Amino acid sequence: MSELVLLKNIHDPNAHQIATYEGSGGYQGLRLALRDFSPDEVIDEVKSANLRGRGGAGFPTGLKWGFVPKDSPLPRYLCCNADEGEPGTFKDRILMERDPHQLIEGMVIAAYAIGCRTAYLYIRGEYQLSIDHCQQAIDEAHARGYLGPDILGSGHGLDIHIHKGAGAYICGEETALLESIEGRRGQPKLKPPFPAVAGLYECPTVVNNVETLACLPHLFRRGSEWFAAIGPDHSPGPKLFGLSGQVKRPGVYEMPMGLSLGELLEEHGGGALNGQFKAAIPGGVSAPMFPRSEFDVKMDFGSLAAAGSMLGSAGVIGLDETASIPVVARRITEFFSHESCGKCTPCREGLTWAAKILRRIEAGQGQPGDVEQLEMLCGGIFGNSFCALGDGAAWALGATVKHFRPEFDALIPAQAQAG
Amino acid sequence: MSNARSLADIKIDLAPEVQTIMARYPTSRSAIMPVLELAQQKYGVVDGDVYQTVAELLDVPEIWVFEVASFYTLFDRTVTGRHHIRLCTNLSCQLRGSDALLIHLQRRLDVESGGTTRDGIFTLSAVECLGACEVAPVLMVDRQYIGDLTVEKLDALLASLADQPAEEMS
Repeated sequence: MSELVLLKNIHDPNAHQIATYEGSGGYQGLRLALRDFSPDEVIDEVKSANLRGRGGAGFPTGLKWGFVPKDSPLPRYLCCNADEGEPGTFKDRILMERDPHQLIEGMVIAAYAIGCRTAYLYIRGEYQLSIDHCQQAIDEAHARGYLGPDILGSGHGLDIHIHKGAGAYICGEETALLESIEGRRGQPKLKPPFPAVAGLYECPTVVNNVETLACLPHLFRRGSEWFAAIGPDHSPGPKLFGLSGQVKRPGVYEMPMGLSLGELLEEHGGGALNGQFKAAIPGGVSAPMFPRSEFDVKMDFGSLAAAGSMLGSAGVIGLDETASIPVVARRITEFFSHESCGKCTPCREGLTWAAKILRRIEAGQGQPGDVEQLEMLCGGIFGNSFCALGDGAAWALGATVKHFRPEFDALIPAQAQAG
Repeated sequence: MSNARSLADIKIDLAPEVQTIMARYPTSRSAIMPVLELAQQKYGVVDGDVYQTVAELLDVPEIWVFEVASFYTLFDRTVTGRHHIRLCTNLSCQLRGSDALLIHLQRRLDVESGGTTRDGIFTLSAVECLGACEVAPVLMVDRQYIGDLTVEKLDALLASLADQPAEEMS
């Protein structure tokens, strides 16, 4: 077992309190960042560490910060994306509930780097305990001088406000999240312009995930070389994996990237609930699933992309031999259909149509050509919607058909007879 | 629920906290979501009177308030029961039996998903992912999560909630 970094304190019932956090080295990273680094040097240090975003896309964090224009007279904003809503994903909730000061400290470091004085922490509305503990952490940090007009005498000031979501998965998409903070429906916007140039209130804005920001205190306390040495070169640093579904030991696990999907499920998840695994989804339901025969794929950004899926949120869902893949495909597609914001026709109409076909197949009323119709719909949605919701939905559905076509055919009376 | 109150009452109720909320943002439009949430906490529902009052308090068009209230699923635009049970039915929960638990709840409460029991105690909703997959199957009742659900656990929960005011759950 490798050293725990992000989860080091989570089993301490007082880990959410500032005294516990400071006692384990908390806020030392911030002190060092403010004392030894200029904002540009903070960005360089994060680039050196090659910290990649933990929200889904894996984009290099330092590079993203570097896009914020330095000569803009407008205020800059930092938004933390804590609108965790993808089935299979719960890692950020664990961090916010149990050790939220990591996040607050990370936000102060990020805000210092980009010259931001007001930050928003967008937490999904269902996460009441996360909201309570993060607000408590913000209040404690203010009282100790880690937030406010002159943080630790550095001249850098920051206020963090919590903005509660209200039950819309699409608000995890960064431009939809910004729309939501602005008081609108959470519908994505076309990029460019990217938020770094024209984001919240049309001002330069950085949106980072909870886990990404929670890495920063450790990165600055122990250095970019330490961080970069953890795991594979292209995917360094501590990483949280959420295991759920039909695994014996569901939970959140921390380990370097690069271990195999099978190792994660068997050794850490304790194996399948019933018999053996049939398949697994590696990164939240938008990540295409792998059949058991492909469980040797490495769990890092590059390896999963090369294998036709993605690390995404690293929410791993195990499916054992009792799982029906057409039922799984139907449930995933219904989720994306329900959560489509309705802005783009391919996503709005295509997913509704696909879900209808899948319900028909599941009910034993499928017709010859239904599976081909699903494949056609996937092709029509993928690449033709504003944001990644449509892409993810089509990609995930396509993988179920690609790997488990006979299960669909077996539910369609005419094809089952022909087969 | 706001029908029993005048617009002026609602305004008086909300106004002090609205000022605090507005101070967090550079535009009053940003305060629509948190003020709607505040109104829902106080009245259990957001409806026409609330839209009008929030619009007046924030000095924004009422349609801006309505478009937010109608987009986000946590805003209840019709009156719900004293306790709102939101059962997660998404994949990680489904794989661990949430479909059967939903059927059990529907039978016990004699309501479909989205319905409220005749005595007004429970509203039942099948919802998308609650983000607590490690304790699947999971539900949210009022503001509290309860995981590792079984039929027995559900029955015990219903019994404990039946006489309990909503406020005591949070």
